[in-house]
Amino acid sequence: MKQQLSVEHLLGIKYLNKNDIDLIFETANNFKEVINRPIKKVPSLRDITIANLFFENSTRTKLSFELAEKRLSADVINFSASQSSVKKGETLIDTVNNILAMKVDIVVMRHPNVGAGVFLSKHVDAKIINAGDGTHEHPTQALLDSYSIKEKLGTVKGKKVVIVGDILHSRVALSNIFALKLQGAEVKVCGPTTLIPKHIRSLGVEVETNIKKALEWCDVANVLRVQHERMDIKYFPSTREYTQLFGINKEILDNLGKKIVIMHPGPINRGVEITSDVADADQSIILNQVENGVAVRMAVIYLLAQQIKR
Amino acid sequence: MSKKVLLNSKEIDIILHRLACQLIENHNDFSETVLIGLQPRGSFLAKRLASILTYDYKIKDIHLGLLDITFYRDDFRRRDEPLEATNTQIDFLIENKNVVLIDDVLFSGRSVRAALTAIQSYGRPENVELLVLIDRRFSRHLPIQPNYRGRQVDAINEEKVIVHWKELHSKDAIYIDNK
Repeated sequence: MKQQLSVEHLLGIKYLNKNDIDLIFETANNFKEVINRPIKKVPSLRDITIANLFFENSTRTKLSFELAEKRLSADVINFSASQSSVKKGETLIDTVNNILAMKVDIVVMRHPNVGAGVFLSKHVDAKIINAGDGTHEHPTQALLDSYSIKEKLGTVKGKKVVIVGDILHSRVALSNIFALKLQGAEVKVCGPTTLIPKHIRSLGVEVETNIKKALEWCDVANVLRVQHERMDIKYFPSTREYTQLFGINKEILDNLGKKIVIMHPGPINRGVEITSDVADADQSIILNQVENGVAVRMAVIYLLAQQIKR
Repeated sequence: MSKKVLLNSKEIDIILHRLACQLIENHNDFSETVLIGLQPRGSFLAKRLASILTYDYKIKDIHLGLLDITFYRDDFRRRDEPLEATNTQIDFLIENKNVVLIDDVLFSGRSVRAALTAIQSYGRPENVELLVLIDRRFSRHLPIQPNYRGRQVDAINEEKVIVHWKELHSKDAIYIDNK
């Protein structure tokens, strides 16, 4: 197998091919072993500096990236928009170039605007890793989701995955659709019609509006949070109604006649899209996703850093 | 290109038994000793020695681990070909143990240097020894010498020592290849 990624940056899953995903997963297997050692650190990236630029709030992605970078022995600087000159009117390129002037090799960026990572990759001289750009893509989340499915079920190919919830505002959904299709999975989306993008079928995805039918069909349900913060208008009458129509509870799962895998990218709104007993059930792999996130991000950073020549 | 046989399978078998005996001399019942094969190529030698110790010399409970050193190498990003990682399988701690690192060919010593760093992730060993099948003299970049060696070879730098294991290549053999 080819040992090098076909891309220079990780801007989205849509730029990757199947070999890239296989290579990332194989490398992640090695790092998963590393992070379960008594001493969870390797010196590979000791001369690499990484800047984490978060122009939008994040808890677990930021922690996961920072931990991944530190486990690889990289030097890490953190930046969040709330405490920065962005508020004073500085442009994105200026902000990033100022940071790069301090000799930074890799930029991990989350930004509220779609395409911010692609834009930056064309204007600055550093490796860019997209940690979420608006409602567009969140590639490392999709990679860790697929990795977790593969770990649990042995393969992604041929598996039936339903993505439930707010598809319209979800970068996790789009990246997951790209990643799952690339690996040969069947994908359905399920949610209120107002929260399903109009042309989603053009991605080779089916739409299901009945949660019970969707769950009966699938092997894996990836449940998304309703992103109230991105909603400028009302997309459904009330949270209670959403929960009644699309919430996943123990009773629905017990009546399926099979055990499906439950995933959630977090943060969970317990009692809204998923009840507590489902989130904590043994068929839920939510915390495995978090653990795998560190290994997968280590793999992505390692493989991109491998391309940096001095 | 010519390929010369350095050791045939019979000679390799004799050497492996000698190395096993030398290990027994220093490590008795192996209760405080762990064998660590360096991935990928040292693992064949390590497994072979472990099986000789277990079946021919009836030593019970040999601790055998396989260590991948890819992430500890000093030539990351400095070579043309990307590095390929393999698995590490060490399911025990090496705290206060006698560690024997095992590799097929000792050349520059850089892999062993990386292994010495890598092994620290599993605890602080009591001491560390090095066993190699082929020790190439005059080619070291670092002050590293083996404690146990199968055969010492004076090969010039352009020559390549190629180890074939029957698990991979149908028979055991070691060649010197001068291009």
